[in-house]
Amino acid sequence: MSTSLATEPLLELRGVNKSFGPVHVLHDVDFRVHAGQVTSLIGDNGAGKSTLVKSIAGIHPIDSGEIRYEGEDVVIRGPRDAAELGIEFVYQDLSLCENLDVVQNMFLGRERLRRGLLDKSSMEQAARDTLATLGVRTVKSVRQPIRSLSGGQRQTVAIARAVLWNSRIVVLDEPTAALGVAQTEQVLALVRRLADQGLGVVLVSHNMNDVMSVSDRVSAMYLGRMAADIEVTASTTKEQLVGLITSGQRAGSPTTDTHGDDT
Amino acid sequence: MHEETAVADFGLDTTPRSLADVARDAIARFRGGDLGPVPALLAIVTLVAVFGLANPSTFLSVGNFANLLEQASAVIVIAMAVSFSLLLGEIDLAAGFTAGVAAAVMATRLQDGWDLPSAVLLSAVVAVALGMFTGFMVAKVGIPSFVVTLANFLIFQGILLLLVKEGGTVGIDSELIRDMVGANLSPTQSWIFVVVALVLFAAFELRAQRASHGAVPMSLVGMKVAGTTAVAVVATLLLNENRALARANIEIKGMPVVVPLVLLLLVSITFVLDNTRAGRHLYAVGGNAEAARRAGIRVDRIKLSAFTACGLLAGVGGYFLASQINSVSATTGANDTLLLAVGAAVIGGTSLFGGKGRMINAALGGLVLALIDNGLPLVGKRSVFWLVEVDFSSSGVKAIAAGLALLVAASVDALSRKSAN
Repeated sequence: MSTSLATEPLLELRGVNKSFGPVHVLHDVDFRVHAGQVTSLIGDNGAGKSTLVKSIAGIHPIDSGEIRYEGEDVVIRGPRDAAELGIEFVYQDLSLCENLDVVQNMFLGRERLRRGLLDKSSMEQAARDTLATLGVRTVKSVRQPIRSLSGGQRQTVAIARAVLWNSRIVVLDEPTAALGVAQTEQVLALVRRLADQGLGVVLVSHNMNDVMSVSDRVSAMYLGRMAADIEVTASTTKEQLVGLITSGQRAGSPTTDTHGDDT
Repeated sequence: MHEETAVADFGLDTTPRSLADVARDAIARFRGGDLGPVPALLAIVTLVAVFGLANPSTFLSVGNFANLLEQASAVIVIAMAVSFSLLLGEIDLAAGFTAGVAAAVMATRLQDGWDLPSAVLLSAVVAVALGMFTGFMVAKVGIPSFVVTLANFLIFQGILLLLVKEGGTVGIDSELIRDMVGANLSPTQSWIFVVVALVLFAAFELRAQRASHGAVPMSLVGMKVAGTTAVAVVATLLLNENRALARANIEIKGMPVVVPLVLLLLVSITFVLDNTRAGRHLYAVGGNAEAARRAGIRVDRIKLSAFTACGLLAGVGGYFLASQINSVSATTGANDTLLLAVGAAVIGGTSLFGGKGRMINAALGGLVLALIDNGLPLVGKRSVFWLVEVDFSSSGVKAIAAGLALLVAASVDALSRKSAN
């Protein structure tokens, strides 16, 4: 696995604040995503994980703070802005149309046309190629309707869709939440492969086993603040991560670069 | 990290499959609840058999066969219109009156001396406007389509009443419109039409076969083309016989004009839905509107366009309605027209839950309902299980039968959806 490089992060949030009416959800949050790394975002329910992700997605534009993309200041006001930057999202509830097949879902909203009509064969080939480069072996036919696929296969299609667009960052929201053991393993392997191919991957997860097995870095949120941003090393333990989630503090172990404060 | 991932991973897409494989897939789909048009086809075969046994001399006559196709045409076209709303997972309860209003606009304009193109154009514009109005209320204002179109049912009925005046009847001042339902191709024209249609169908199937890299076996294409050819040839042979009453001194023969007209509508709409972005997005919105929205599809725009298409097509259905009786009255598109249209789409296999259905479903379902409508009166009075004397020709029995058919079809739809999840 790659180490925390001194290189510029691909995406960097600095001092981000977000309120919904009187509720101050994000307090001066810093967050960084590096290319080629899996950065896990952990935290208890209500810690602000999904608000943070949604502010990157442009669904909840930030109130104040900076977003830097490849070192440049950017403004993300809506989902289209995020897509234009090359940031793709895989939502927990998948966002697939069960009545459409794999190809149709992967190209949904961005269908290729030839002479004004759908270019079905080129889309089919591209879908197949993308799945092949991701090492997907579980989907037997790209012409299957999503309805006929298992949860793991669906998640695979959703992730493949996100990387079809030469995206630079893929944000996955609880991709293994509804999956069995074997399927979880497949999806995590796929997540790892995305990072190994040079993408910046953000994994939002509650599952510490998942986080430990694929992450290069972990950002922990606690009550709307970034409690810690640590590198996952051989000495990182599950207990430390759980400590970060439940109290925002780390038990023992050498600190890397913790910033943020405890309540 | 390049692993030896090859085309082989999508074996099913590239390895040729045999007819047996295809049959197995079909059975698996069937078990999974995806029945497609199969129930409608079974219903057609069953109804023809039952009515044929009950009254062979009349029901199985060529005249009745032609009559049946003409009776079915308007319901089929309006069912295709309603399919647009059903594909969204919405419904249009006012499609019948949209048809009525369009027909009335056309008829009254013709009566006032307008030429046909102008009258048709104005009525089409009105139909589009009515559809857009529905679409606006559903997509932009956010009222459930059931409520919007229930209100429209009354509003459009009111417009129709104002146009034709209470109790009034407006004749159709255009031979072309009167001939839509009722005129026949000459026997030669019928053959030319059938041959051209079959050649196009075969060419299309072959093209799809080649694009499938063997996933569609050649033998299946052969069976499809041969089967369709057989049905088309037999139908044309029958329709080209003289079906005038024995003592009449004119000949009535050839394929009713409604057949090519309805087929043309069916094929062109199907092509658009299958091959354009808008068509794909319509299915996506019906399947999962939230997923479509996240994929960047303007869901409200798709809804607006679908209801607009629904309105326009319902208007076209209105011309068929008017042509059937050569006039427009306050009951054009009223009564059971709408329910039959919704019923036809659902009986044909279009889902009430959105995202699933094709135009051919509307045609098959329309034929089922026309068969019920046409066959029951020919059964006459019979005792059921030797207990009760039932007059099958009464409109009460007809209405109950059509309603039951819709309920059965909707149950199949709901249950297959359940078993799929």
